[in-house]
Amino acid sequence: MSDLRDLYQEMILDHQRHPRNFCVLPDATRQQEGYNLLCGDRITLYLKLRDNRIENISFQGSGCAISTASASVMTESVKGKTIEEALALFEAFHELVTGQVSPGAGRGPRPSLGKLAVFSGVREFPVRVKCATLAWHTLRAALEGRQETVSTE
Amino acid sequence: MSRLSVPRPRLAEPNAGSKWQAEALRDEFPILQRPIRGKGLVYLDNAATTQKPRAVIEALRRFYEELNANVHRGIHYLSEQATQAFEQTRSAVQRFIGARSTREIIFTRGTTESINLVAWSFSRRFLQPGDEILITHMEHHSNIVPWQMVCEERGVVLRTVPLTSEGELNWSAFERLLSSKTKVVSVAHVSNVLGTVNPVREIVRAAHAVGAKVLVDGAQAVPHLPVDVQELDCDFYAFSAHKMYGPTGVGVLYGKEELLEAMPPYQGGGDMIASVSFERTTYNTLPYKFEAGTPNIADIVAFRAAIDFLNRLDMMEVYTQEEKLTKYALTALHEVPGVVIYGRPAHRCGAIAFNLDGIHPHDLGTVLDQEGIAIRTGHHCAQPLMDWLGVAATARASFGVYNTVEDVDRLVAGLYRAREFFHL
Repeated sequence: MSDLRDLYQEMILDHQRHPRNFCVLPDATRQQEGYNLLCGDRITLYLKLRDNRIENISFQGSGCAISTASASVMTESVKGKTIEEALALFEAFHELVTGQVSPGAGRGPRPSLGKLAVFSGVREFPVRVKCATLAWHTLRAALEGRQETVSTE
Repeated sequence: MSRLSVPRPRLAEPNAGSKWQAEALRDEFPILQRPIRGKGLVYLDNAATTQKPRAVIEALRRFYEELNANVHRGIHYLSEQATQAFEQTRSAVQRFIGARSTREIIFTRGTTESINLVAWSFSRRFLQPGDEILITHMEHHSNIVPWQMVCEERGVVLRTVPLTSEGELNWSAFERLLSSKTKVVSVAHVSNVLGTVNPVREIVRAAHAVGAKVLVDGAQAVPHLPVDVQELDCDFYAFSAHKMYGPTGVGVLYGKEELLEAMPPYQGGGDMIASVSFERTTYNTLPYKFEAGTPNIADIVAFRAAIDFLNRLDMMEVYTQEEKLTKYALTALHEVPGVVIYGRPAHRCGAIAFNLDGIHPHDLGTVLDQEGIAIRTGHHCAQPLMDWLGVAATARASFGVYNTVEDVDRLVAGLYRAREFFHL
């Protein structure tokens, strides 16, 4: 069971039961849908962008513990960050959960992961990487202004 | 970790008088001897694919070591032997499902290709714009999408029969939707999610009364119950070898000879032709007309060992023993707090779809996997059915001949463990 506890750390279970920023953002400037075909997880991300900065962010949707907690912690982690900082954080997070440097990753210093480090156990569960990254792929699409629904398949 | 709350073990019904014991069959399946994550494997994902008995694995090895050659063309000894072994499987399949002739047995890559073959070939010859195809709300994607594609290309209309709250076919709706416009009824014999056994004989009778042909997706039926295509009187019957203890990459399409004769080839290439010139090609006779290119010879030869295996067990006995185990599992699952079981069909086999309240099936799958228990989680390639159930996904336990009461008990213990792990 120790492997399982590495995956489902208490903070993850807490965020799953009490997701933060779990609401509709009435003054959102961007809204983005994300969908994991494999398990049916759905997320809607709301962003309020101002001067290249994520002033506010929230999400709605349904999913497994990993995807819900990941979305919740993500909203806390990127709030107040610039678009570039948020994208750099995604790269660092992606490396954390896959154990691989993403192609096209910048060469600059990695931003500090902070709370996101709680997802390090995902690396040992390759089939769950998509759960952990659904919210992030959705965020990237929102920041890049893409309209279509994001799919992690 | 606090004390594990495992339900009190119940005694299984004695299997006295049975022809065989599931426990004893396990020795014939090498993979079941393999520890998974340090524990004995509890394999409950048989609806996705079954494990293979040693006889099938041996037949595959023997083919490559002793018989390998192309079929239907060589003058040499090995080709003759390979062809003979290949055609012996066809005869075994014909007898296994009660077809009239080996000309009615076509080898494909799987159930999906069998359905596609009928969808495209039948529609080219027989369907006109405005005609209707009838499927049900419990179909697997492979019995939905090919028809959608045909409908789009040929201006045919796809209609769907709804289900009752029990997860059975809504018979009065079926009769209402059936009309002289209906040209094809395509229906699962057994649902891959709910385990519902559809009344195929009655469906065929009703469809034939309005002049429609019936394709039965038998992928989840052939491994679990005796199938006789003449008794069912269906026009087409599709299934896969790998879901009935045979190799992957082999499917069967049964079709009534007069229909197959009237249908154009599905693919062009070798084996399906009698003679070729640049002016004109004459097609081969049945069943080769529908078998373009070198077939999956080795796996088809090894498939016979799977059919021999099931014949030895006797499909009626397989059905009876699995029925007992399914009943046992339904009772045991119902006792777990928070378990929701989807569908209550009166006649069922194979699969049980369920969820554990408060735990996403994907998380449940991960926890059970740590215990060496393999189940399927997700939408089971039946998204319209998931929408009907009002869930994004479910867990699914599906049984095979080697599953035992102990497997079910380990699943139930795993569910308790998951509840505890997620603080429920």
